[in-house]
Amino acid sequence: MINVLYRLVAPRMIEVAYSEINLNKPTLVVRPLYLAICKADQRYYQGMRSQAALKAKLPMALIHECVAQVVYDSGGTFKPGDKVIPVPNTPTQTDDVISENYLRTSYFRSSRYAGFLQDYIETSAQRVVKLSEGFNLEVASFTELISVSVHAITRFDRFSHSRRDTIGVWGDGNLGFITALLLHYMYPDSKLYVFGTVEEKLSYFSFADETFHVDNTGSSVCVDHAFECVGGAGSQSAIYQIIDHIEPEGTVSLMGVSENFVDINTRMILEKGLRLYGSSRSGVEDFHRTVDIMHKHPEIPHYFENLVGEVVSARSIKDIHLAFEHDFNRNYGKTVIKWEK
Amino acid sequence: MVVGAIFAGGIGARMGNFDTPKQYLKLGTKPIIIHTIEKFFINPDIDEIIVLCPKSWIGHTCNLIEKSLGKTGRVSVIEGGATRNDTLNNALDYIDKTFGMDEDTIIVTHDAVRPFVTHRIISDNIKAAREYGACDTVVPATDTIVESLDSKQISSIPERKTLYQGQTPQSFKAKLLKEVCESLNEDEKKVLTDACKIFTIKNLPVKLVDGEVFNIKITYPYDLKVAQVMLEGADIND
Repeated sequence: MINVLYRLVAPRMIEVAYSEINLNKPTLVVRPLYLAICKADQRYYQGMRSQAALKAKLPMALIHECVAQVVYDSGGTFKPGDKVIPVPNTPTQTDDVISENYLRTSYFRSSRYAGFLQDYIETSAQRVVKLSEGFNLEVASFTELISVSVHAITRFDRFSHSRRDTIGVWGDGNLGFITALLLHYMYPDSKLYVFGTVEEKLSYFSFADETFHVDNTGSSVCVDHAFECVGGAGSQSAIYQIIDHIEPEGTVSLMGVSENFVDINTRMILEKGLRLYGSSRSGVEDFHRTVDIMHKHPEIPHYFENLVGEVVSARSIKDIHLAFEHDFNRNYGKTVIKWEK
Repeated sequence: MVVGAIFAGGIGARMGNFDTPKQYLKLGTKPIIIHTIEKFFINPDIDEIIVLCPKSWIGHTCNLIEKSLGKTGRVSVIEGGATRNDTLNNALDYIDKTFGMDEDTIIVTHDAVRPFVTHRIISDNIKAAREYGACDTVVPATDTIVESLDSKQISSIPERKTLYQGQTPQSFKAKLLKEVCESLNEDEKKVLTDACKIFTIKNLPVKLVDGEVFNIKITYPYDLKVAQVMLEGADIND
């Protein structure tokens, strides 16, 4: 069967390409229903990656966050119409120690491998996670982003000491909101502090115990552990402030992506005996855990409904451009594409 | 019920040097007709598929389908007709006898030699057929269309913005289509070779469905070359 892909061939230029899907072998074919634009996609789309990265990666179908509908399963695990979340990470080896999303041999959709902007997505029954009927599909479209937070929190559980009286989240954007909300449900006994730069955004964190503008934290505020969800140009000042406000032997989860190198106050890291660890992407286990958490706490997806900034129906390449342009001008919330192409 | 009817009735006379009917030529790793059948096979809205081909190619077609999809039970291969209208009538008769036909029966007719059809086009066809009774897949005309009644001089140049190029699928409420086809007299049958045209002549609405420029019909050797280049254009990242 001939499949149609919509690939970024140069910044702000999308073209149609075709590939074959072989139904005569074990395979699972799903069709995207809703897709969510990630900042990483936007950086490719706007040409904000290095020339070397663009040259190496393009042409490539963008987008690694979506909810899809099963159309064909040779193994019979799923039936047509089942709603599933495809996992964008595709490992090529198994490893008992290293998580699949850190294996250098893994392929990641819309990075080393074609993204989800396609007529059909070819995957396998092991690389999708089934959703219950009635789940909000607009929210489901960015399950991948939620799973990234779940993955980081899982690592936090492994790496951090047991005193978790106060947890701080730096960043008032989408990732900060998702991480903070999940921490609120997963660590209900911990006090949750959120640090941000925009008062309006901070007001959305009504579930947190306290919110602080980064310019007005006061010197007495302390956290046992911290999550950095800032990224970009703000990474450096956020990490600096975390190191300033964190208690000795605390852990710092670095989650924000920055295109530039970041100076870090290593002297204080040594003095306080801090542990900084990076988290990136997620694996299939994180997706399963994410879906389980959202099924267990149905109020969580309700909170996430507020993150859906705009839904753009895409019936043409022009509509895809429109979605990316709208997303670029958005400073909060997710741009979701309803896939009708 | 929604029935996909894949028309593979042509003997491919236009394919120049090829002896094999064009729908059986290989595109990528499979014959063109298999690519097309698979598009209908994996669409959850399609309940049954009928493939209409020359009688002498029925066995070969069945073998190809079984090799690609196994014994599905959802794909039937039957004989097409001498003309497109005859093929259509064979499809309608088969649906009536095999599955029964009621107001909700939809037939989605498609050229076997248009393997680039998309999920969206098929879904839009089904929706439009349900709502309007008939629909045609089209793309806006890009070339200026010139009419000549004597094949020597221009008799008119219709305004381009009102013109579209017809593709397939063409989809219908099967019962309505059968009634309309049966209402044609012999003279009408000879000239009305397009099912949508029959509806138009009878003042019945035919909804336009957006096609895709890449939903090409592989008619000439040039088209096959274009299709091969289109498919091979995907690089190893994909």
